[in-house]
Amino acid sequence: MAKKLMKGCEAIAEAAIQAGCRFFFGYPITPQNDIPEYMSARMPKIGGCFLQAESEVAAINMVYGAAAAGARVMTSSSSPGVSLKQEGISYIAGAELPCVVCNMMRGGPGLGSIQPSQGDYFQATKGGGHGDYHLIVLAPSSVQEAVDLMHNAFDLADIYRTPVMLLADGIIGQMMEPVEFHEHEQKELPAKTWAVTGWKGDRPRSIVNSLYIEVDELQEMNDRLQARYKEIQEKEVMVEQYKTEGAEVIVCAYGTVARICKSAIALCEAKGVKVGLVRPITIWPFPEKELRAVMAQPSVKREITVEISAGQMHEDVRLAINGMKPVDFYGKPGSYTPTAEEIADYILKTREA
Amino acid sequence: MTTVFKKTPVLTDTIMHYCPGCGHGIVHRLVAEVIEELGIQDRTIAFVPVGCAVFGYKYFAVDCVEAAHGRAPAAATGTKRVNPNNIVFTYQGDGDLASIGAAEIVHAAHRGEKITTIFINNAIYGMTGGQMAPTTLVGQKTTTSPYGRDPEHCGKPLRVAEMIATIEGAAYVERVAVDCTPNIIKAKAAIKKAFQCQIDGKGFSLVEVLSSCPTNWGKSPAEAMDWIKSDMIPYYPLGVKKDRTNE
Amino acid sequence: MLWTNIFAGFGGQGVLLIGQLLAYAGMYEGKNVSWLPSYGPEMRGGTANCSVVVSDEPVASPCINMADCVIAMNRPSLDKFEANVLPGGKLFINSSIIDKKATRTDIDVYYVPCNEIADSLNNPKVGNMAMLGAYLEATKAVDSKSVLDALLYKLGEKKAHLIPLNEQAIELGKASVRDQIK
Repeated sequence: MAKKLMKGCEAIAEAAIQAGCRFFFGYPITPQNDIPEYMSARMPKIGGCFLQAESEVAAINMVYGAAAAGARVMTSSSSPGVSLKQEGISYIAGAELPCVVCNMMRGGPGLGSIQPSQGDYFQATKGGGHGDYHLIVLAPSSVQEAVDLMHNAFDLADIYRTPVMLLADGIIGQMMEPVEFHEHEQKELPAKTWAVTGWKGDRPRSIVNSLYIEVDELQEMNDRLQARYKEIQEKEVMVEQYKTEGAEVIVCAYGTVARICKSAIALCEAKGVKVGLVRPITIWPFPEKELRAVMAQPSVKREITVEISAGQMHEDVRLAINGMKPVDFYGKPGSYTPTAEEIADYILKTREA
Repeated sequence: MTTVFKKTPVLTDTIMHYCPGCGHGIVHRLVAEVIEELGIQDRTIAFVPVGCAVFGYKYFAVDCVEAAHGRAPAAATGTKRVNPNNIVFTYQGDGDLASIGAAEIVHAAHRGEKITTIFINNAIYGMTGGQMAPTTLVGQKTTTSPYGRDPEHCGKPLRVAEMIATIEGAAYVERVAVDCTPNIIKAKAAIKKAFQCQIDGKGFSLVEVLSSCPTNWGKSPAEAMDWIKSDMIPYYPLGVKKDRTNE
Repeated sequence: MLWTNIFAGFGGQGVLLIGQLLAYAGMYEGKNVSWLPSYGPEMRGGTANCSVVVSDEPVASPCINMADCVIAMNRPSLDKFEANVLPGGKLFINSSIIDKKATRTDIDVYYVPCNEIADSLNNPKVGNMAMLGAYLEATKAVDSKSVLDALLYKLGEKKAHLIPLNEQAIELGKASVRDQIK
């Protein structure tokens, strides 16, 4: 299939449809409006349903209901809207339902800005709402990768009965890049025997619920979730390693920022300094082992994390490296996207220090 | 021996947790009987609330979804849109529907969502221990209005049925009470009509049921039934508020 | 080959469009491309700009700070982005409405009378295409045929009759910088 030049948001919406998503519930917020707009045009033509909800809160609860009925369903939003969805996401995690949530991060806290940011890393990777749960969080760094990850997102949601988040910055959503929609081999997925479809007496009644009033029943549910998270950590880590072999400095970054780091690495290379990049594609589960292995190379002297945040992923980096070698952070909270030149300067300066 | 009463199979055999004199048990039975009589048990999905009816999924012998507080109409929307052939109803109390879920119920009606809502108005938060609801009457003492509801401070009680009836997408809205046998019979007829409205694809339907909460009202079951009649019905008039099921 | 570009002007001058046409054209020629607009309130009548990368290698950063080429369609854009041209890079100035000369001496500067070219074709809308023509002439980043293919895709068959006009604008833009190329 020929490549198409597509805006990230539209490509993500199309990829979701191609992955079998037929239900979308959302609410307008910049910079992700191209997703609901695309869905509103396409869904009626393919027998799906797009519904503009009265609020983010309602939208995620519509997702909850559609997922309970067994549908492939998705919502998208941007940071302030994703905060509103957290109640519903916690319920979806507790009720063990599959769905996909897309967050096109913008600057915060509060109303913040509409420019790109990575300030929602904690919210996305540590659960986000109340209770002990995780989402699988996928962080694309190009439009093509966002498209490819959408298929993974829906499959992972179905396999592990968990909400999956596509966490992108506003750049991914607004940027146009060439994309190809590949045929994906459909994995064999577990049957949704738990869905509410109407009880005809031929199976136990389906009850979609996250209430376990007895302590030991709630414990059992939590144990089940934790066992699942452990399995996800073992099986589903995705990470890109770029020029890490023999590197003196390792940069760790995700999303669009990782690409700016690649430009910075080229600038360092021109000055004779070998710098590599570890780019988590799943930021939960975080590629701890992979990062540790890269850092253990004798050539590596230090690590530098780069984010559009005050250093959120940096905490996971520090946990993974666990004092093995020095670590540093470069970035600012809010919406300031660092330039390749600034990152390169920081790498070179830190190296000499 | 002649059978004079038989429990509907749409209620499970689980013993209900409701307090003596609580109206929930009556309304559960009416809803279940209606589902049986309409022959829709095998395609009905119940959305139960956060509130005293939180365990509704143990009692209704249909597929059930437990919704977050106030969000049942949104969640029910998701399910109904996936499987329009399902009969989807929400069962919600006054804290759930009239307070935290006010937006969700208004917009389910506004979209003309083809679902049915059974709204239990007992003028109080039951499960959390008797706090003031939007439907608490003026002067009524609750654990968060210990001197009686003061309209200067927190307004006058919200009349949900009348409010929903003003919305174009609402096809059928009625207020009933379960304080006495004749009213219980009328309540069942209203619930049946509301489900029929959904089966016929007419639009959103809601039945507001004035119900008792003797525990939190500090009354005996008999006094509670009397209070519905003496204090609630005068402020919340019974009757059909909207009916375009014949259109 | 790697061209990093910033296209800037005010809303309505079509800077986002010519940036996009360059990206499409690069893609048609099998190159790696990215097009990143500035977005937000500035879209509504203020200054607009976009970063466009055309490259043989996969595009590293789509966010361009220091660019090989800056295209300034109005004065605020020149003031804002002149400093962002890489040493040895190229700066394109819409000389019809920018009376100021470039101050940098370590770059190649091209003055393109976009509005006069558009006026000569009796269509004020094609000034941006004249600028794109000048850019193509000075960089040879992509072929103008690929740009016209991209324009046809964007316009659709119904507006295909506008192609010759735009082609003329591109050609006049090219001609306007031919003697400025060192």
